[in-house]
This record gives sequence, structure tokens and C-alpha cells, in this order.
Amino acid sequence: MDELEKRMLKEVAELDSLPVGAFNIRSNGASEARNSTANIQIESRESGDGINVYFKDGTKNESCHIPVIISKTGHKECVYNDFFVGSDCDVVIVAGCGISNCGGHDSQHDGIHTFHIGKNSKVKYIEKHYGEGTGTGKRLMNPTTVVYLEEGATMDMDTSQIAGINDTYRITKAELGANATLIMHDKILTNFDQTAKAEITVDLNGDGSVCDIVSRGVAKGESEQDVIIDISGNARCKGHAECDSIIMDKGVIVATPKLKATCVDASLIHEAAIGKIAGEQITKLMTLGLNEQEAEQKIIEGFLR
Amino acid sequence: MLELQNISFHADDKDILKDISLKIDDKFVAITGPNGSGKSTLLKVIMGIITPTSGKVIFDGQDITDLPVNERANLGMSFAFQQPVRFKGLKVKDLLSIAAGKDVSKDCSYLRSVGLCPRDYLNREINDTLSGGEMKRIEIAMAAARGGKLSLFDEPEAGIDLWSFQSLIEVFENLRNITNGNILIISHQERILEIADKIIYLKDGMVDRYDESAKIMDDLNMRRRGGCDCAYGQKGVSCNG
Ligand SMILES: Nc1ncnc2c1ncn2[C@@H]1O[C@H](COP(=O)(O)OP(=O)(O)O)[C@@H](O)[C@H]1O
Ligand SMILES: [Mg+2]
Repeated sequence: MDELEKRMLKEVAELDSLPVGAFNIRSNGASEARNSTANIQIESRESGDGINVYFKDGTKNESCHIPVIISKTGHKECVYNDFFVGSDCDVVIVAGCGISNCGGHDSQHDGIHTFHIGKNSKVKYIEKHYGEGTGTGKRLMNPTTVVYLEEGATMDMDTSQIAGINDTYRITKAELGANATLIMHDKILTNFDQTAKAEITVDLNGDGSVCDIVSRGVAKGESEQDVIIDISGNARCKGHAECDSIIMDKGVIVATPKLKATCVDASLIHEAAIGKIAGEQITKLMTLGLNEQEAEQKIIEGFLR
Repeated sequence: MLELQNISFHADDKDILKDISLKIDDKFVAITGPNGSGKSTLLKVIMGIITPTSGKVIFDGQDITDLPVNERANLGMSFAFQQPVRFKGLKVKDLLSIAAGKDVSKDCSYLRSVGLCPRDYLNREINDTLSGGEMKRIEIAMAAARGGKLSLFDEPEAGIDLWSFQSLIEVFENLRNITNGNILIISHQERILEIADKIIYLKDGMVDRYDESAKIMDDLNMRRRGGCDCAYGQKGVSCNG
């Protein structure tokens, strides 16, 4: 792995060296390093376009890292990663994709992640998307995340796209069984002429199921964001969504809430707010010695934390 | 130390501050006066948050009238807002660290001095899960952490419950003893006015009185009369000013 790849790995997976536990590092379309453990088995899909990851029942306090790096200009890929998590597990899965494109051709990663999470299992999922490079070629990412939660299962997702992606279309779909919980924190920052579209669809199908979705967006420059959060309550369930955005410069944000209840015991709430940074927040930080730009930066850093 | 020369502020067809000239050199000076008399506006003019319509602000001999807020902060001025500002995502330790100019994760003295347990609060977000009283105390801790030559406080006692009030007075007594700088504080509280060297009494955007604390309190009959600690309370009648 060269310096560039190492740096990208740090950016998307906070890794300085090979991780402990199970991992698969994909670089420019090939698996560069892989490790399975006694409880976590990583296999290539027969079609060759991704991996299947199997977690044994009762796997606890183990992690699985699957970062993806693209540094070749013009590299385009569509990858399917399926996760089969048994029952009574408690695991951390760290995904993430970094594209460095210094060339003139578009680089693109479309990752389709499907999670089958067994009874009473807990999964913490962290996904970071990052792009950089001086070339005219675009950096494109279209992640799709599909989550099936069985009875009593919990998925806690932290997803973010902080810089450097020209266009993205992010789809998240979840179906929850009885007493299942989905927590999702999604953060996105766009700048220049970037565009981002996010569609989050949650079906609360089981009694006692709960979802809490917090989406935070900052649109700078002339960038545009379009966020749709769509929750269906089909049982005795609780759904909460909060879509909170800051616009700066000539940024544009469209936030579309959609709630649908097909059961009288479904309780669904959607909150959405769009606005610029409050002037009094900047003033407050200036009284602590920061200049206006530093203050703005600090406020956004906190907002997208 | 601080000099205001003919400060006027005009907004919405109103003269909010009218030709105020003042020299402040004493260590602990309180500003008091009726609601709407222009106290907060005056303090904000001193910090640079409001630009006066006319007049000059001189700080340690330097004309700072055109200096932005952050540059005044870096000259050693700090400011605690009457209504503290909330931030989504930023934590108490983030702002305290900026204020103190160092990482405060391990230094608990600032929060403890305002009666908050650092373990419970350092990692709290400064969002609307904090109560008004908690926000006020954190605001005071930030100004104290910044220290410096001139600390400005806008009604620090407002919204602080009676139980904590005694310790708040101690905070200011303590601050007064340890700081090498000056304190300028807007307050209605007899206990705070008492520990001031001088009191500025503002009325209708003008300085009505500016004298030794004891003298003003006697002259304006500000000693405690009612069941309320507020210097304006009438006998037996509590007030919420
Ligand atoms: N920017 C402004 N525009 C118009 N009116 C203002 C502005 N700022 C303050 N005021 C008014 O000026 C008066 C003094 O306000 P303030 O300084 O907050 O008083 P105090 O702090 O003494 O209660 C009030 O009547 C207030 O409504
Ligand atoms: Mg006021």
C-alpha cells in the first residue's frame, strides 16, 4: 500500500495499520488484504463483485472493517456486500470509501450493503465517504444500504459524507420486526457545485419497533441537497425523524418529510428545519477570540459531529 | 482603563443611548437601572457587538471603536450574555477550551466554581437540553475561564435559583479577589451591588448617577426592603426584574 492509500485509509476508517479482527481492504477493485476470525467469516461472492460476511450466533465485542479505496482515475465499480449477522451478537462494522482522483476521468463507487440482523443482535455501523484530488474527473458515490432487523435487533448507524464527492445518491432502506430498533445519524456536507440526494425509507412492521433518524446537512457554495425521509408505521411503533440543515452562500436544500401510518398505535414525528448559521452563535464565538471564519467552521464542525 | 466618549445609539427611530461619557477605572463596577434603560446595549457597545451611532470607545488608551468583537476579545475583554447562546453539537468542554485557550477536559475548576459538577457537564451539548440556569452558569464559567483585563457580565444572576444564589455571589467575590483585571457587571442584585466599588445608574439611555456603591445605594434607597433580593423590590412585594 502506498502513502496515498494509507492516508485515504486513515481518512475513511481511522486506521493507521491493519485493523484487529475481521477485515477486507478493497483497493482499485481488488481485495488487497483480508482476514476472517473464528466468528466472522469473509468470503468473496461467486459473481466476484463483492463479499459475504457471516457472523456466528453470539459473536460479541468483535469488529469488521471493510474500507474501499479508489485512487485510479476512471475506475468505476459496483460492489455488493452482504452481512449475515446471527442472533445475540454485539458487533461493530466499519465501512467507508475514499476516492482520490487526480486524473481526467470520473471515478465511481456504488456500494450496495445489505444487512440481515438476527434476533436480539446489536450492530454498530460506521460509514464515512470522502473524496479528494485535483483532477477534472469527478468523484462519484452511490451507496445503498438495506437493513433487515429481526425481533429485538438493533442497528445503530453513523453515516457521513464530509468532503470531496461531486455527486451522490444515497439510498437507505430498513424493515423492522417486533421490538427492533434503528438509530441513524446521517451527516452530509456539500460545497461548490456538488449535489447530494438522500432517500431514507423505514418500515416499522413489528410491534414495539422504534426508529430515530437524525439527518444533518450543510450546503455551501452552490451545492444542492435533497433529503427525503419516509417512515411507515405499520404496527404499534414509534418513529422519529429530525432533518436539520444549514445553508450558506448560494446553497440549496430541499427536505421532504413523509410519514405514513397504517396502524392506530403507530406514533410518528418528523421535524425539519433549514436556516443559515445564527448570527448570535458567531458573535458568541467571536467573544471567545475566534474570527468570523473560524467561528463558522467551529459551528459546522459541531453541527456535523 | 475604559473610557466612553459621547456614545449614542439610535435604532428604530429611538435614542437608546444618549451621549454617554464615562471613565471606568475601578476594579468592580456595577451597572444598574430600570428595564429598557439601555444597560445591555451599552455593554454590547463596549464589546463591539453593537456599533454605536456616534462616539468613541477607548480601552487602555487605544481607540477600539472600529475593532471587531474577536479583536477586542484578544485584547483581553470577555462577555457573558444575558441570554446565553445554544449550539447544536458543540459541547461544554469545546467552548470552555476555546475560552480558556487550552484543553479543559482535565481541568474542572471553571465549572466547579459555578456549582456544576464537571463530570456531569463537560460532555454535555450546549443545546436545548440544558436548562436556563445551567446555561447561565456555563456562560459565567466561560467568561471566568477567559479572564483577561475586562470581564463584562450581563445580569448573571437572572434565572439562577435561590439555592445557588449564595454560591453565585461567592463566585463574583472570588473573581474579584483573584482577577488582575476589571469587572463590569449589569445587575439588579443588592448583594452584587454591595460588593461593587462603584455603581453606574442608567435611566432612559443616560447616566443618571455614577458614584461610590454605598452612596448610590443609600441615595436611591436600594437596600433590601421586600422579600425579594432585587434592589427594586418594594416592601413585601416580590419582583421578577
Ligand atoms: N437593535 C435595536 N433596535 C431597536 N430597539 C432596540 C434595539 N436594541 C435595544 N432596543 C431597545 O432599547 C431599549 C434598551 O434595551 P436594553 O439595552 O436591552 O435595556 P436593558 O438591558 O437596560 O433592559 C429597549 O427599549 C429595547 O427594546
Ligand atoms: Mg438587559
